[in-house]
Amino acid sequence: MTEAPHPPRGRSAPPPRVRGEGGSEGGRPIVELRDVHQAFGTFEVLKGVTFSVPKGGVVCVIGPSGSGKSTLLRCINGLVPIRSGSIRVADFEVEKLVTDRDKIALRKEVSMVFQQYNLFPHKTALDNIMMAPLHVLKEPRDEVRGRALALLAKVGLAAKRDAYPGELSGGQQQRVAIARSLAMRPEVMLFDEVTAALDPETVKEVLNTIRQLAREGMTCILVTHEMRFARELADEVLFTDGGTIVESGPPAMLFDRPQKERTRAFLSQIL
Amino acid sequence: MRTASIKLNASQGVLLAGAFLVACGIAQAQAQAGQPSIFETIWKWTPLLARGFVFNLAISFVAMAVGTVTGLFLGYAQISLLRPVAKGAKFVTHFFRNAPWLVLLFYCMFLLPFQVTVFGVTIPIPDWTKATLGLALPVMANVSEIVRGAIQSIPTTQWEAAASLAFNRRQTMWMIIFPQCVKRMLPPWMNLYAILTMSTVLASIVGVNEMMTLTQRALSAENRPGLLLAFYSYVLLWFFAYCYPIARWTVRLEARYAVNQ
Repeated sequence: MTEAPHPPRGRSAPPPRVRGEGGSEGGRPIVELRDVHQAFGTFEVLKGVTFSVPKGGVVCVIGPSGSGKSTLLRCINGLVPIRSGSIRVADFEVEKLVTDRDKIALRKEVSMVFQQYNLFPHKTALDNIMMAPLHVLKEPRDEVRGRALALLAKVGLAAKRDAYPGELSGGQQQRVAIARSLAMRPEVMLFDEVTAALDPETVKEVLNTIRQLAREGMTCILVTHEMRFARELADEVLFTDGGTIVESGPPAMLFDRPQKERTRAFLSQIL
Repeated sequence: MRTASIKLNASQGVLLAGAFLVACGIAQAQAQAGQPSIFETIWKWTPLLARGFVFNLAISFVAMAVGTVTGLFLGYAQISLLRPVAKGAKFVTHFFRNAPWLVLLFYCMFLLPFQVTVFGVTIPIPDWTKATLGLALPVMANVSEIVRGAIQSIPTTQWEAAASLAFNRRQTMWMIIFPQCVKRMLPPWMNLYAILTMSTVLASIVGVNEMMTLTQRALSAENRPGLLLAFYSYVLLWFFAYCYPIARWTVRLEARYAVNQ
């Protein structure tokens, strides 16, 4: 990113806010969920989820398929409305955002990267990255272009700027997708199983990109099946099952000394 | 697509040409001494028939243009978030899509006035305008369905990606969804145009001076029953020559876009 670089991650002191008007909020978490319930029809997807993420924190959400992990992320950026509870992101009370305009204001701060990349197939890599800052943030083209090129270089794809998504490998597409999200200069990044559709070799290149981001102090919430990655990078790991957080804690604790039987069973299956 | 894809191929063209020649042969055999040869007769009438054909094309262009523009709006309205708008658009679409083209043509011919007076100025509405409008209605309904189908064929993940980048609905529609639809809409749209072109001869029934009407006039002027088959084959050949390249091009586009998406 071309803006002032974040200081290296500190475990205790969260890095200072580099922009935004809420600089005085001190130790207040940037993302805070309280007793969030969500249901599709009669099927309860989330049954009271509570957690918070400090500014610059990295939280990994793990758990079996269908445990509501992706839905959780979609609730945080307002793609999916919640039934009850509260979600706060920076100064936005997400459950109270009704109009499109309000949701758009939120989504300028929270960006999401998807499992299937979801790049716009009719635009080149560079255009994919430039579109939102240009048309949503209405920033000057030259500035956006400079930032987009810098981001492409950052994810190691400077040479692919004129390639269409169809001409890129899965890993390359995903890195463009990450750059596209970063171009909005969000406060929080959500990653929804971003490596699940990739072959093992390309998983690494995407994880390296995310690792770099996290080290620069970007607040990240990742839904992932990459346990080694979660262990290395996360400040906190949440194990979800059946729409609730079964257990949470620092990776060393959750992976090495899980307290709950369900967590142990899950981890023994995949580790 | 409900409008079945027309599959024209070269062998049909050869067959048609063959039928034309056989018909000419029969007509020639029936010709009485002293009558001009069949080819001479057709050649004599060709300039007039060609003028009629140009009129057919003009009707097809205008009907297609009007139908496409209105159909785009109607299709867009079909996916409106406002339920009454979506329902209304759906009703209009299905009404005109499921009505026989000829019936719509008659409706337009007989329901529209032959002139309108706006602010004291009297504007005549000639028959061909009404016929064009009558043909534009089913085109509109079919374009509406093409648009709706194309928009809904774009994966919802594209909407999600756009939403999470803070695009609003309108921006998403015009910058992200619609540009991807154009490719998908082009082949069925061209197919629809070919069908429309062939349907312009329906205008003969309501008395518009297009190729079919003129052919009938030529036949009655000649008053030689043997010419019937030859003349109609000749008309078929004209339409085939025009629609065949369009059909081939459509098939090529379909194949190309199937690979790319």
